[in-house]
Amino acid sequence: MTKVLMNGNSAIGEAAIRAGCQCYFGYPITPQNELTEYMAANLSRRKGCSFIQAESEISAINMVYGASLVGARAMTSSSSPGISLKQEGISYLSACELPAVIVNMSRGGPGLGSISAAQSDYFQATRGGGHGDYRTIVLAPSSVQELADLTYKAFDLADKYSIPVIVLGDGMLGQMMEPVEFKHEAPKKLPIRSNALRGAKGRSSKIIKTFTSKPAELEEINWSLFRRYGIIKREETSYEAFLTEDAELIVVAFGIAARIARGAINTARTAGLKVGMLRPVTLWPFPTEIIKELAARTEQFLVFEMNMGQMIEDVQLALEGRGEIHFYGRPGGVIPTPSEIFRVISRLYYQKGLK
Amino acid sequence: MKGYIEIDQELCKGCEICLSFCPKGVISLSDRWNASGYQPVVFNDNGGCTGCAVCAVVCPEVAIEVYRD
Amino acid sequence: MKKVYTRPNSLKRNPFHYCPGCGHSVIHRIITELIDEMNLQDRAIGIPPPGCSVFAYNYIDIDMAESAHGRGAAVATGMKRAFPEAVVFTYQGDGDLAAIGTAETIHAANRGENITAIFVNNAVYGMTGGQMAPTTLLEQITTTTPYGRDRRIEGCPIRMSEIVAMVEGAAYVERVAVNSPASIRKAKKAIGKALQVQIDNLGFSLVEILSPCPTNWKMSPLEAWKWIDKEMTRQFPLGIIKDITGNKDAG
Repeated sequence: MTKVLMNGNSAIGEAAIRAGCQCYFGYPITPQNELTEYMAANLSRRKGCSFIQAESEISAINMVYGASLVGARAMTSSSSPGISLKQEGISYLSACELPAVIVNMSRGGPGLGSISAAQSDYFQATRGGGHGDYRTIVLAPSSVQELADLTYKAFDLADKYSIPVIVLGDGMLGQMMEPVEFKHEAPKKLPIRSNALRGAKGRSSKIIKTFTSKPAELEEINWSLFRRYGIIKREETSYEAFLTEDAELIVVAFGIAARIARGAINTARTAGLKVGMLRPVTLWPFPTEIIKELAARTEQFLVFEMNMGQMIEDVQLALEGRGEIHFYGRPGGVIPTPSEIFRVISRLYYQKGLK
Repeated sequence: MKGYIEIDQELCKGCEICLSFCPKGVISLSDRWNASGYQPVVFNDNGGCTGCAVCAVVCPEVAIEVYRD
Repeated sequence: MKKVYTRPNSLKRNPFHYCPGCGHSVIHRIITELIDEMNLQDRAIGIPPPGCSVFAYNYIDIDMAESAHGRGAAVATGMKRAFPEAVVFTYQGDGDLAAIGTAETIHAANRGENITAIFVNNAVYGMTGGQMAPTTLLEQITTTTPYGRDRRIEGCPIRMSEIVAMVEGAAYVERVAVNSPASIRKAKKAIGKALQVQIDNLGFSLVEILSPCPTNWKMSPLEAWKWIDKEMTRQFPLGIIKDITGNKDAG
């Protein structure tokens, strides 16, 4: 397999096509437009495939809902403000147990915010950002290669569990150019989900609905969704543990923040500081168990996010009062440097008297 | 042309649209109440019905079946 | 004697939950007659809205999927693009299509999506208890216009069919009513034509149906059916608004 130099946004598009994505419906918003444009150039002319630049992000997610209903692999993408618009649609997809891939190349908020990379959509992504009790799988890539790999995986996970999957990137990952290898070819035949709504031929008619006039019915639907979420928690939790075996201080970071932290940790190691990193790859399901394990050996945890403190709550829940947790955050689209994070790490390291 | 209709007494909601459009006046409101609490209409088989089916076309409940010679 | 009128095959046997004299019941029936006559039970997919007709799937025996409020045209777009062999129609109320769904409707029409929108206009929000709709008439009393719709505050009723007809992708737009034997027959023909326009890949089709809502108009069924002729058709004239097929057999 050859490596190609691509920006993150385009790599997502190429990976989606290779995963058998049949429909892409999107809307321009910085900093993810290269993805929409990549799909316009490369998906629209593929046989049986559809690209639409919809009239709004709301319309796009509802087109995804329609395409998923009839069995197609469908995808949309946006950035933070546009993802806010999609929340109703994601709630409906979850209620109907429909697969879909939603890419958020997040930017600074709230409001129109900034066009620079931020991580302030963590709660929105991991807590079921729309109304009702539901969860979506959330994948957090940290490099262009991972953008490609996790986008490809997102379609499989979505189909496997009949659930929307959010690929949570950010503006920097989307714009970065790195060598990427695509490990799969596009399928010869577009995958059509069995059991989809394709006309009542040879069977009785099927109804896909989310409304019920009987609360007891809805209660059972909620329980049923959460039973599935329990299985996903057991089977699909994913993380990277970087130099954690002997670490006195563990940085917890995801996405672009983890990328920045990695540089800082390498510098710290050169300076003799025993620092490691726990990098969640699935933000939902969150890797609670590994954090518990690490807390048996390591006391100091530094959560570093480009927001005002969101993932830190999941780390606190995982620690259950063990160890000591610290936070370093930069919101609004400001991108810290590895040397800045190294200073934060070393200050904490010395302050805590770590060896 | 001779016609005949059957009105499902339990589906009828007594909206009286059929009887207001019937050109032969062979439908009237009954004096009983059905299980849903509506007062249904009844067919008066006095030989006037031509089976034109206007009643069935307007009936929202699809409560009327029409027969014709 | 032979039976000349019976329940359509694709109309389920469930008694309608709709009010006495409601237009939905009539419209559901003529849709299912067309599904039978045009042999669409195998390939039709319907998209009911939030509203009184959210339960359309209890009556129309085809594959059906709910849509979020107003999004029917976008959902139908996604379905039809992914599965062009299906005959996809939305079934939308006046708020669904002409308030929250305005953008989705106009742009689906603009793209010439081969879908059919069945637009049930009863000048009021039924399910939620009778609030003003975009199509509520001036001076009409509703629960959110208790003093009558006032042009200075609420604007005028919107003629959505005429707006949709202006976009090039709209192939066939007709306004009908279901308040008499003749109008019901015309409405059925119009819907049939709209579905044929879709099957022939000619573009977006819309049938607006003036429909009675006796409960929220606070009238008897017969008064409501008459009110459509007396008042509604003055604001919403019946007839073909756009037809690129050139055939004069519908409407």
